[in-house]
Amino acid sequence: MASGQPEPLVALRGISKRYGDLLANDGVDLEVAPGEIHALLGENGAGKSTLVKILYGAIQPSAGEILWQGRAVSITSPVEARRLGIGMVFQHFSLFEALTVGENVAVALPDLSLRDVRARLSQVGETYGLALDPRRPVWSLSAGERQRIEIIRCLLQNPKLLVLDEPTSVLTPQEADRLFDTLERLASEGRAILYISHRLEEVRRLSRRATILRQGRVVATADPRAMSAGDIAALMVGSEVGRVEAHEPHAQRAEMLRVDHLSLPPQGLHGQPLRDLSLTAWRGEILGIAGVAGNGQGELFEALSGERLASRPDAIRIEREPVGHLGVEARRARSAAFVPEERLGHAAVPSHALTDNALLTHHGEGATVRAGLVAPGAIRTLADAITRQFDVRVPHRDPEARRLSGGNLQKFVIGREIIRQPRLLVVNQPTWGVDAGAARLIRQALVDLAEAGSAVVLISQDLDELFEIADQIAVLHDGRLGPARPTGEWTREAIGLEMLGVGAGEGGQHAA
Amino acid sequence: MRLELTPRAEISPWARALAPVAALVVAFALAGGLIALLGRSPLAAFQVYILGPLGDPWALQELAVKATPLILIAIGLSYCFRANLWNIGAEGQFVIGAVLGGWLALRTNGTEVGPWLLPAMLALGALGGALYALIPALLRVRFGVSEILVSLMLVYVAQLVLDYLVRGPWRDPKGFNFPQTVTFDPAATLPAVAGRIHLGSVFALVAVLATAVVVGRTLFGYRLRVTGDAPKAAAFAGFEPKRTTLVAFAISGALAGLAGIVEVSGQIGQLQPAISPGYGFTAITVAFLGRLNPFGILAAGLVLALTFIGGESAQILLKLPLDLTQAFQGLLLLCVLVADALVSYRVRLVATARATP
Amino acid sequence: MIVEAILLTIVTAATPLLLAALGELVAERSGTLNLGVEGMMAMGAVCAFAGAVAFDSTVLGIACGLAAGTAMAALFALAVLGFAANQVASGLALTITGLGLSGLIGAPFVGQRREAIGHLALPGLTDIPIIGRLLFGQDAFVYASIALTALVAVFIRRTRAGLVLRSVGENHASAHALGLPVLRVRLLAVLFGGACAGLAGAYISLVYTRFWSPGMIAGRGWIALALVVFAAWRPGWALVGAYLFGAATVLQLHAQAAQTGLPSQALAAVPYLVTILVLVLLSLGRHRAAGAPGSLGQAFVPDR
Repeated sequence: MASGQPEPLVALRGISKRYGDLLANDGVDLEVAPGEIHALLGENGAGKSTLVKILYGAIQPSAGEILWQGRAVSITSPVEARRLGIGMVFQHFSLFEALTVGENVAVALPDLSLRDVRARLSQVGETYGLALDPRRPVWSLSAGERQRIEIIRCLLQNPKLLVLDEPTSVLTPQEADRLFDTLERLASEGRAILYISHRLEEVRRLSRRATILRQGRVVATADPRAMSAGDIAALMVGSEVGRVEAHEPHAQRAEMLRVDHLSLPPQGLHGQPLRDLSLTAWRGEILGIAGVAGNGQGELFEALSGERLASRPDAIRIEREPVGHLGVEARRARSAAFVPEERLGHAAVPSHALTDNALLTHHGEGATVRAGLVAPGAIRTLADAITRQFDVRVPHRDPEARRLSGGNLQKFVIGREIIRQPRLLVVNQPTWGVDAGAARLIRQALVDLAEAGSAVVLISQDLDELFEIADQIAVLHDGRLGPARPTGEWTREAIGLEMLGVGAGEGGQHAA
Repeated sequence: MRLELTPRAEISPWARALAPVAALVVAFALAGGLIALLGRSPLAAFQVYILGPLGDPWALQELAVKATPLILIAIGLSYCFRANLWNIGAEGQFVIGAVLGGWLALRTNGTEVGPWLLPAMLALGALGGALYALIPALLRVRFGVSEILVSLMLVYVAQLVLDYLVRGPWRDPKGFNFPQTVTFDPAATLPAVAGRIHLGSVFALVAVLATAVVVGRTLFGYRLRVTGDAPKAAAFAGFEPKRTTLVAFAISGALAGLAGIVEVSGQIGQLQPAISPGYGFTAITVAFLGRLNPFGILAAGLVLALTFIGGESAQILLKLPLDLTQAFQGLLLLCVLVADALVSYRVRLVATARATP
Repeated sequence: MIVEAILLTIVTAATPLLLAALGELVAERSGTLNLGVEGMMAMGAVCAFAGAVAFDSTVLGIACGLAAGTAMAALFALAVLGFAANQVASGLALTITGLGLSGLIGAPFVGQRREAIGHLALPGLTDIPIIGRLLFGQDAFVYASIALTALVAVFIRRTRAGLVLRSVGENHASAHALGLPVLRVRLLAVLFGGACAGLAGAYISLVYTRFWSPGMIAGRGWIALALVVFAAWRPGWALVGAYLFGAATVLQLHAQAAQTGLPSQALAAVPYLVTILVLVLLSLGRHRAAGAPGSLGQAFVPDR
């Protein structure tokens, strides 16, 4: 105890978790001390989420033990974890849209009445600068506000250990800064924090000890400030992931897609409207659309793809021809192609084989369907070509889509569109939750397509990705799109301000 | 104690094929238990229900006759169920098909008409069923109203329509006040192909074969599967969900309506208040027991037809009420659905873990 | 007094609808859609009648009806919660099974009648013209159904257990992540739904008709399902809806008796047509998904 390293609050020893053939965690050791902000680093699919779910009792390990304050414990449920003093902030929020903020907090705290919760809510909110109105329904809140609910819900349980899973993935740079301040303050109170991320910069800012996972195993435990970003990245990925080869913007600009004062009403109870949105995509260029999730990305995508029709035909033009009133297939026939954000269930049918999924966006072409009859041979040839050209790793020939890893399925659904060499490609979050190797391949494919003279619209939350491959960037906030500017003219801070809706163009006061 | 389900990584085609058979065995066992509770011998009942009809040529023909409406309706339902649309009002569509087709038979009764009569009756029957099925479909597409409740409510309405007609305006004036119409002319009667088996059975076979091609090989079949398995992906593919709904319901209703007029014209020979022992509902069990596969439905239709025939003889020989057949059909459907779950998940019975402090 | 008689029969017609709808409302609030209400009601009706005859006790009959409805719901729960079977199809199967089984059980009882059960009688109050018997002269079921409406409303809105119920129905994945026992909550909600349906059935065979006959539920279970949609999953509105539907049913019966010249079948179709019409009108008046629990009808398999 008297030594420099304090006794760990929690220690994981040899934790393994097996799902069928997949070893998601393989003998993982991890220690977190009181007052420490410990980073858990690893790329998508390295096993970070599995590990924290085990720690939180949501799933049970196949082998290994957990020591809590030096004593072996079995954490059989989240209730048990909370009783020990473990609080969890989920990456995909565990909130209830139709309930109020107060109810969302109260439901996790069996010992407090709703009235107590409301009182404590404002108290904790003041202490940590996390203000929230307990009577507001969750569906009306922004991503940052939702995260505050999760954090406050944890803090009200006075946890000794706070686990945060990729907490900045839905935040603007400014919101992330506020979160870091809160976390440092919590650590200074003696709470332990386990901070899960795949972003090197924020880990280097926050923590002095990091555990790096790769393919379910611990590959290093080290001080991230003592290592270079390149070293850490190499440990995370295992091998050198090459950079995307940049391309030169084309000399003469030809307009491919033009959106002109497009407005769409909200869909469903809690939908986001699109407000008077205009953009132009030029052939040979990648137009990046930045923004925090839930600001209209999905709606913009569906308007561009034709899954939702515009009220005016000329609100959307492809090669100067009005297409706002035309559906997906008619737009595909005009050499447009689309890749939605959600891989399983939107871009692909989870329970269908890859050949069937290849047909999903190719049934309008002569080769695959003749006189209403499907041609199995032609589809198989197409699926094989996509699989080969885009390095889609399959467990066996023609598996169901849901059997593929996120990265491989994403390569398939992007390859399915690029193989057609469309003159316009609209993609939404193409590398979300995808491993580094697949992400690089996908970005390179987008760059190559632009290089070949196509227009690419890249909707992405990942600022690194936009700075890496976009020629121009515009920011989407609350259904409004700011002006597009060449990437070189943007700073992260400027984009962050526009993501908050307080960009130079709009002025206005700081959003809540 | 609780059941723990783990999704299976690979689903073996054997398990898929055997699941309905296993369900059938379990449902028979459950029904045997019920019969024992009623104080009858389950073995004797099995003899009467299953073995008896199978060994009797007359009963085998009857099997084809009873299976015909079941298969026609269930094939139609498979279009809806594949697209995850819940048409549970086939019984009503069956009745309206019989009414509309029967109307033509009654209008032309006693007059000389050309050979167009039967085809026209069949077409009207299918049209009646299709239009009736389009009511829930349109209300769903236009207003977002649950097709489950509307299609079911319309069953009661259809039965009341038929009841009104055969007791009122269409009643046979020389029928001693019985609630029934005149007997159809020979020209309005579906001809037999062999013994008691009428042309309707051929229609059922054609429907099976045509559906096998439509579902397996056509873009429309693909469209139905995608719509049912992932509606957002279907919209992304450009398959307009409203059109899919309308077409699937229309096909489903047309086949149920066809079954209705076929039953009336080929089997009963007149309209009366009760023209179906619940074919429209039993066909739901048939469709699921056949795993929505056309050939599976063919087999399942024969199995369920057997329970109808067996139920009739059991009523006579063992004094077992006909309701036993319905109870069995319900239990069988439950067993089929559970068996489907067993195909997709590994199931373990585990003791509830008590949290240790 | 014809008006009084009509009002009294409206109460009688509405009570089983209200009971069944309340039970289904709770089940649906937990995220489980049970289309087996019709079958559970049939089983409740026949078992209540059989029990009442066998033990010559209305109270034991009611207990039998409750037990039968609950047992049917347990069968449903085994399929959809235990084995994650499709909820729509399983509910249909439950209805088919219940209708068949009730016929089997009820066969020996066809043709028998029970005496009317006791009604509240408060000297003075019950004798007030028109409203006296309406307010102070009902049977125990009526008061119980109204009390149950209030209890369910308070339970859902004001209690912690109600909050857990709503959370589980709203988003089962989040509820599971927080450690709420999703399947146990759903089991209890489904069993409650079954008990209510059984009670509703008991009311029909012991109070409404006082005999058993096959097919006597006549779609009331389905109307109760529609009532839950009509009520936007709120108990108070279920009460309003049940009484509106009760009124439609009774007025149709009176119209039949009054020789309006309309065929009796047209009038008998009124409750079914009104149900469809109401569902359509509702969809015009508000957003179609308003109030529906977020996870309604979806199977939940926890990942371990």
